[in-house]
Amino acid sequence: MKDTIEIRWHGRGGQGAKTAALLLADVAFKTGKYVQGFPEYGPERMGAPITAYNRISSNPITVHSNIYEPDYVVVVDESLLESIDVTKGLNPKGAVIVNSTHSREEIADKLHGYEGAVYTVDAKAISIKALGKNYPNSPMLAATVAVSKVMEKEEFLKEMKASFHHKFAKKPEVIDGNMMALELAFAQAE
Amino acid sequence: MAIRERLSGNEAVAYAIKQVNPDVMPAFPITPSTEIPQYVANYIANGEIDTEFIHVESEHSAMSATIGASAAGARAITATSSCGMALMWEELYVAASNRLPIVLALVNRALSGPININADHSDSMGARDSGWIQIYAESNQEVYDNFIQAFPIAEDKRVHLPVMVCQDGFITSHGVENILLVEDDRVKSFVGEYEPEHYLLNPEEKMAVGPYAVSNYYMETKRAQRQAMIQARAVILETAARFEEMTGRKYGFFEEYQMEDAEYAVVIIGSAAGTCKAAINEIRNTTGKKVGLIKIRVFRPFPEEEIARALSGVKAAAIMDRSEMFSATSGPLGAEVRAALYQARSEVEVVNYFYGLGGRDITVSDFKVVYENLETIARTHVVTGMYEYIGLRSEQSEEV
Amino acid sequence: MANEKIYDRINEQSPWQDITEGNKIFEAATSRDFCTGEWRTATPVWDADKCKQCLLCTPVCPDSSIPVTAGKRESFDYDHCKGCGICAKVCPFGAIGMREGK
Repeated sequence: MKDTIEIRWHGRGGQGAKTAALLLADVAFKTGKYVQGFPEYGPERMGAPITAYNRISSNPITVHSNIYEPDYVVVVDESLLESIDVTKGLNPKGAVIVNSTHSREEIADKLHGYEGAVYTVDAKAISIKALGKNYPNSPMLAATVAVSKVMEKEEFLKEMKASFHHKFAKKPEVIDGNMMALELAFAQAE
Repeated sequence: MAIRERLSGNEAVAYAIKQVNPDVMPAFPITPSTEIPQYVANYIANGEIDTEFIHVESEHSAMSATIGASAAGARAITATSSCGMALMWEELYVAASNRLPIVLALVNRALSGPININADHSDSMGARDSGWIQIYAESNQEVYDNFIQAFPIAEDKRVHLPVMVCQDGFITSHGVENILLVEDDRVKSFVGEYEPEHYLLNPEEKMAVGPYAVSNYYMETKRAQRQAMIQARAVILETAARFEEMTGRKYGFFEEYQMEDAEYAVVIIGSAAGTCKAAINEIRNTTGKKVGLIKIRVFRPFPEEEIARALSGVKAAAIMDRSEMFSATSGPLGAEVRAALYQARSEVEVVNYFYGLGGRDITVSDFKVVYENLETIARTHVVTGMYEYIGLRSEQSEEV
Repeated sequence: MANEKIYDRINEQSPWQDITEGNKIFEAATSRDFCTGEWRTATPVWDADKCKQCLLCTPVCPDSSIPVTAGKRESFDYDHCKGCGICAKVCPFGAIGMREGK
């Protein structure tokens, strides 16, 4: 495994891609890694394309630039494939993970000839089944961990459960649903 | 034992503020520093600290209130960015000439216009002549460490000058990184209780602050102010040594990275230094070329002799500026370093680059190009002009 | 020294090393020591017989040079009166006249 794993997130303002990147940094941090989680900032507008990044490493990270040659790309909103070359610079040995109801083959056709692995996760269906609402970012986070293997599944679920207990201390009834969303997405991506 | 955490740069500064628990914080929100007063307001609302937060109607008022509080005898701080600090301009000079040990958390952002919210150093570099001590950070760890050190520096009797603790907007302020925090009690004992010698709310001593100084006094006053800036040098190093004893983390006027045998050096300020370090590691590992870096931490007072000495062994150096000053000769860092080298009769070939204005990204590959250019300059002794650009779109191959 | 004034220690001949930090002045009411009455080219003259002690003159004096004791005005403080004449203008009883010179 490479020393530093670099991940680029594509989403739209309001879908939680930035939050997912920060959550990933959080759980990776808890497993003892050096992490970076940062968004590319511009004017904040609901629905506008946004990019966020992660670096995860066993060693201290000093680079402070954006990521142009990521190991993994996560697309939280499928419609971005029409307007953005999401796999630009993506390592062919890495993978792109797309939130979509379509098959890997159908998505691969839209990726400007990207030759690496393609994964699709129906994050909307998973979220609605587990939580009754469309919060695509948690399933996409689980899928990203499953595909990138930046940490073990059990470690990831344990840390996520701990942060849900912290985050939802006042509404513990949503914790099980959130955990289920992660499990379902993990299974679908594997 | 240090506390292992992951925080954004703004969170790190707010956490340091919580640990220091200053008396007064007047502040006005502006991107990207807004989170700092937000977090502090939370700490206050939760009863974790008893800092008096003053809601003001502008940054001019924020700095005015900070000056008033500091003159009254309070440990007073504020936070701002960019145009916010521009609106404080007049008060920055007043704070410094009144010799008030204020600490300002500055989250560097490009000044308008054109309006832009991203990182460059035009705000703090514009204020470099205001009489404030300026300390810059590469990472969240450094901005946290610098912020804690700012209090003993500012409040030392030999100094009594305000300190600006700078970090790059969004790049570190909003980026989450690993950080080692110091325990509350150790931070508190490091900064100590603030005990001003002279202050307006002292009923035992009559005192007036900020009198009109006619021509017969102004020049002597400015010379005395310079003396404080000169004396700050020793205090900055003493404070760094004390901080190293506490944390093991070493600080000085600047950091020398791979400079022992370096033939080609970059001189730079802020978060891009970390990217440059990654480039250095790659170049040294793959080619063995002797490349190094000087990362300026303290820009005011400027360590001119030390810089000239640190560069004395290199063949060529690239001085990299993240702000424009429309001088015919260079950017602000370029001007300082060139003057230092000239005074030291240095024969180092120097090129001055503008980079990263308004948040333009700079990458490991960009730094590789810089080092390649330095090699060419050392070989040919030809520098195309007083300044050049990295990352600028242009019809010409080289901007002169 | 109890009677030492700030200008005994710091004045227009002082080297920069003697300037107080940030020009702070560790004394109160130092303006009393500056006798601005020196600048006067016309002088108000108070006619105590015509004066009704209405005290309209006191608050309008820009230099606080009309002292009041126990509700009654006294003679001008000529050390600080600059001779602006506002008191003479405001007096309804012609009890203040202006004389040329000091």
